[in-house]
Amino acid sequence: MDRSGTLLGSGFRFLTGALLITWLVLPLIPLAIWSFAKGWFYPSLLPKVWSLRAWEYAFSDTSGVLDSLWLTVGISLAATVLSILVGVPAGRALGMYQFKGKSFIEMLILAPMIVLGIAVVLGIHSIFISMGLTNSVSGVILVHLIPTIPYMVLVMAGIFANYDPAFELQARSLGASPMKTFWYVTLPAIMPGIIVGGLFAFLVSWSQYILTLLIGGGRVVTLPLLLFNFATSGRNDITGAIGMIYILPGVIILILTAKHLSGRSGAVGGFGQI
Amino acid sequence: MTHVSLQELTKVYPGSVEPSLDQLSLEIASGELTALLGPSGCGKTTTMKMIAGLLAPTSGDVTFDGRSVLKDKPEDRGVVMVFQNYLLFPYMTVAANIGFGLKMRKINQTEIDQRVSEMLDLVKLPDLGSRRPSELSGGQQQRVALARALIVQPNVLLLDEPLSNLDAHLRFEMRDLIRNLQQDMGITTIFVTHDQEEAVVLADKIALILDGRLKQYDVSSAFYSRPIDKATALFFGGQNFIEGQVETGVFNSVLGKMQLPAGCNNGAGILTIRPENIRIGQSPDGLNTVTASLSDKIYMGTQTRLLCQVGDSLLEVIANPNDVQEYEVGQNISLHFPRNALWVLPS
Repeated sequence: MDRSGTLLGSGFRFLTGALLITWLVLPLIPLAIWSFAKGWFYPSLLPKVWSLRAWEYAFSDTSGVLDSLWLTVGISLAATVLSILVGVPAGRALGMYQFKGKSFIEMLILAPMIVLGIAVVLGIHSIFISMGLTNSVSGVILVHLIPTIPYMVLVMAGIFANYDPAFELQARSLGASPMKTFWYVTLPAIMPGIIVGGLFAFLVSWSQYILTLLIGGGRVVTLPLLLFNFATSGRNDITGAIGMIYILPGVIILILTAKHLSGRSGAVGGFGQI
Repeated sequence: MTHVSLQELTKVYPGSVEPSLDQLSLEIASGELTALLGPSGCGKTTTMKMIAGLLAPTSGDVTFDGRSVLKDKPEDRGVVMVFQNYLLFPYMTVAANIGFGLKMRKINQTEIDQRVSEMLDLVKLPDLGSRRPSELSGGQQQRVALARALIVQPNVLLLDEPLSNLDAHLRFEMRDLIRNLQQDMGITTIFVTHDQEEAVVLADKIALILDGRLKQYDVSSAFYSRPIDKATALFFGGQNFIEGQVETGVFNSVLGKMQLPAGCNNGAGILTIRPENIRIGQSPDGLNTVTASLSDKIYMGTQTRLLCQVGDSLLEVIANPNDVQEYEVGQNISLHFPRNALWVLPS
């Protein structure tokens, strides 16, 4: 029984691994090849002439890729920090306390994960216009909080559900002020959640297209917008190079968080908790 | 050295009608080791948290040396609470845990290191400073928690069930450690427990709290020799309760006439005697002796438990196994109730 179970388990693991590679890694290979190709046409299996032209262009001043890269990094970092500032107290409230209307608030917080941005972006757009928040970086950062906050709150709710607040009472009783208690006791305990939730928030913000396009009014050109411009203009080699730059943070983050995402860590417990 | 006074301390949690703690008044002398004893949910941990400032009372007052501390923040009260599950900060070393309170008081690291190492010696864990709490046994963790509390030289030390997580041989070791350190440092110490044995072995005085109310506050032996009522006697393992009437120093009941110690009021009452205080055989003067029929005999190693029937009352007797070897179940047995071991409870 045990043996067949293990066999079944390893077979299943192999299958999911193979599917993951098929869907996630294989599509990237042509992209990578294109970024080094000088023309690549049917029916040749590989490009006839290799070139660094696309990469040179991507890193040149004229392409605007680097400016866009730093702008995107800045927006995503800002959205991440703000998500943390909202997500930590919200996650604490949802993970640790019972209160009236809790399930309604949970639903409201989860809603942006269920309702796609494209469905509501026009409504958001008109509200942002009336508040004068369109066409600006700050408006884009603000609108990115709509999809990033739910991830942060979910992760932190999971962390706080497994957190014993008596540690804070103990610290107070040993002479720590509320600020020092947070700094020395609460923060180290919830750090794994802040890291994982923060990386999620960063990636979610990093990959926003529609919200950035509408709220930024085309003036805030983040990397996905730039990528889309090149993709539609038929420059496959440059699209490939920018695409490679674009997926880099995702790969780095996946490597960094792999151990926290095993399911044993409290950091991802929130997904089961709410 | 701090005299702790609780004055009609009451806590009603939001959403409940019944108070968790009802007008508890206690005077705890400076340097004394006092137990708050009661079943779980009786309000004892609530009391501790209110003394520590981690919970605000609904009404009443807590004073240290006559000064109300209710407005003082927990970190300013000089009260340290050691929780039942120790709550050692998991991502700090043992030394950092013990030094935490000093660090919060902005004492320089050299002095912290020195005092932590003295403290580690005191709790007999001299080489464990660099370990993580998760690498320690339960008993070691508790000693670290105790060291972490004592290092700040608190005015008042609060311990939550200090012995209940330990196995039998560690209990006595820890009991001695707590008592010695507490006596040496003269810290007014209050601990809560649901275990009367834990209260008796550790405390100078015991405050028994049942259903949120103070039942009796006295030295440990009083709970055995002169409990205030039947519930108190039952909590301390009292077994024998015989209803009857007191008439001028004599108790009339199914047991016949029993000579009482001085100070028992006339009227209806319940006679009680600890099972271990009943003697086998006739008394020298023939008084306070009852003939019972032995209905069960349970050998328990160091003692033998006898169940004896007198009329419709079943008495429990704990005897030395050698004294009762010859008695068989069904036989008659003479029981002597020493006058000074008797006590009358209100009925």
